[in-house]
Amino acid sequence: MKRLLPRLLLTPAVASLLLWMIVPLVMSIYFAFIRYNLMQPEVTGFAGLENFQYFLTDPSFSVAVMNTLLLLGSVIVVTVLFGIGIALLIDDPFPGRGAVRLLLISPFFVMPTVNALLWKHMMMNPIYGVLAQVWKFFGATPIDWLTDFPLGSVIIMVSWQWLPFAALIFMTALQSMNREQLEAARMDGATYLQQLRYLYIPHLGRSMAVVVMIEMIFLLSVFAEIYTTTGGGPGDASTNVAFLIFKQALLNFDAGVASAGALFAVVLANIAAAFLIRMVGKNLDK
Amino acid sequence: MARRSKYPPALIVRTLCAWAVTLLLFFPLGWLVLTAFKTELQAISVPPLLFFKPTFANFVEVQERSDYLLYAKNSVVTSVMSTLLGLAIAAPAAYSMAFFRSKRTKDILMWMLSTKMMPAVGALVPIYVLAQSAGLLDTQLALVIIFTLSNLPIMVWMLYSHFKDIPHEILEAARMDGATLWQEFRRVLLPLAVGGLASTGLLCLVLSWNEAFWSLNLSSAKAGTLATLIASYSSPEGLFWAKLSAASLMAIAPIVVFGWFSQKQLVQGLTFGAVK
Repeated sequence: MKRLLPRLLLTPAVASLLLWMIVPLVMSIYFAFIRYNLMQPEVTGFAGLENFQYFLTDPSFSVAVMNTLLLLGSVIVVTVLFGIGIALLIDDPFPGRGAVRLLLISPFFVMPTVNALLWKHMMMNPIYGVLAQVWKFFGATPIDWLTDFPLGSVIIMVSWQWLPFAALIFMTALQSMNREQLEAARMDGATYLQQLRYLYIPHLGRSMAVVVMIEMIFLLSVFAEIYTTTGGGPGDASTNVAFLIFKQALLNFDAGVASAGALFAVVLANIAAAFLIRMVGKNLDK
Repeated sequence: MARRSKYPPALIVRTLCAWAVTLLLFFPLGWLVLTAFKTELQAISVPPLLFFKPTFANFVEVQERSDYLLYAKNSVVTSVMSTLLGLAIAAPAAYSMAFFRSKRTKDILMWMLSTKMMPAVGALVPIYVLAQSAGLLDTQLALVIIFTLSNLPIMVWMLYSHFKDIPHEILEAARMDGATLWQEFRRVLLPLAVGGLASTGLLCLVLSWNEAFWSLNLSSAKAGTLATLIASYSSPEGLFWAKLSAASLMAIAPIVVFGWFSQKQLVQGLTFGAVK
């Protein structure tokens, strides 16, 4: 009884996640080794490593891997740096702090499809977009963001969404700072930079780990922003691994190649997870 | 000594900086709200209009053209149902791991999290094939099941970290006093766990409401959520910005307002209780 109950309670979660993981995985392995194109149902049979070879030697592949890492890396750097900056800026009370908090956090709740369309049309449109107007106001030639800086544009959109998240976590973390210690450091004449280096940043270590972890989980599979704005283009300029697999599956109708790609994504996910486990193990263990 | 002013210069500078940064970050969203109340012509006017006579025509037209209410209903049903189902599966598991910890607990938690690292697209083909053969394409049921499963790892983690903070001694004391398992659960554990359950539920609701990948690929006219509706507005150069804005505003307003009210709980939840 003592051992049965805990296991019984754990079973539904473990079983459903196991199915959620294993069933698609086994099917992907099977599909990856057969010829399976939805547009050519007559072509069947064992394909060997053909699908893998096709996916991995596709010129889009290395671009997509690079883009995935670039997107992940830049959004994390941008959100952590600016997030800490914002959190420090509004740490002490000032008039309207409550309202500022509400407005700042809002973009985090905006659904990715809305985020993407908002930026694509109303901000980044090279003729009518707000950014184009700002550029013109300063006498500069407006930028055609999605064509000239496709990956950069996606990075801006995704950062805009995740910056509030990072800022909110850092804001909350700062509230638990030891005020007396801070006072003492100020009395002793510590400069702001010294306070930052020796008090604020160390205090924020754990929350930085949390922010990086959560963002990694969600940013590896950014999809909606790419789907609704650039469609991965122009060329492959803004295609990430998730979108490349999607292209193979639903635009080329090649379930075999898509499945080979999916297996690659599993490997990538496991590398990321292993990396995370080390980091989380260090920082979140109590 | 001169009397200190109520507003020292440092405070004024900080206030101005904070508001400037905030308005800059909020601007795109504010612009969306403004555009939703413009006519199509005003929406694309150069230079952009800041002052105009607001119209509600866009909202009416969005509903008439694409039956906003149907998509909104689908969003509400799928996110609420998947949140409830998720809590029902995750809470017992988190309880079990927090109160009957074994050597494998940490491995199980990490394994659960690793299933979340896999991009959803990796499972798209198999899930699509399965949903199709089960006749579940474009049904709310399929979305509920998938939202639940994809949020489950996060939910277990959040609840686990909340439950872990509940002191075991309280439960033991109740047991010593002869409380049955049910009483222990109902009278002692539940009141202590309610905050954790709430923040987990809130986050799950937000994630499901905003989920785009599965709803775009597995649903269309019948079970489509608001994310599906909005994506349908991305049509090539469809310069219907005012209507797009109105539809977007209607899609995000409920969850943004909801988020405002629950931001404190969300931080607790999102950081797995590691940041207080």
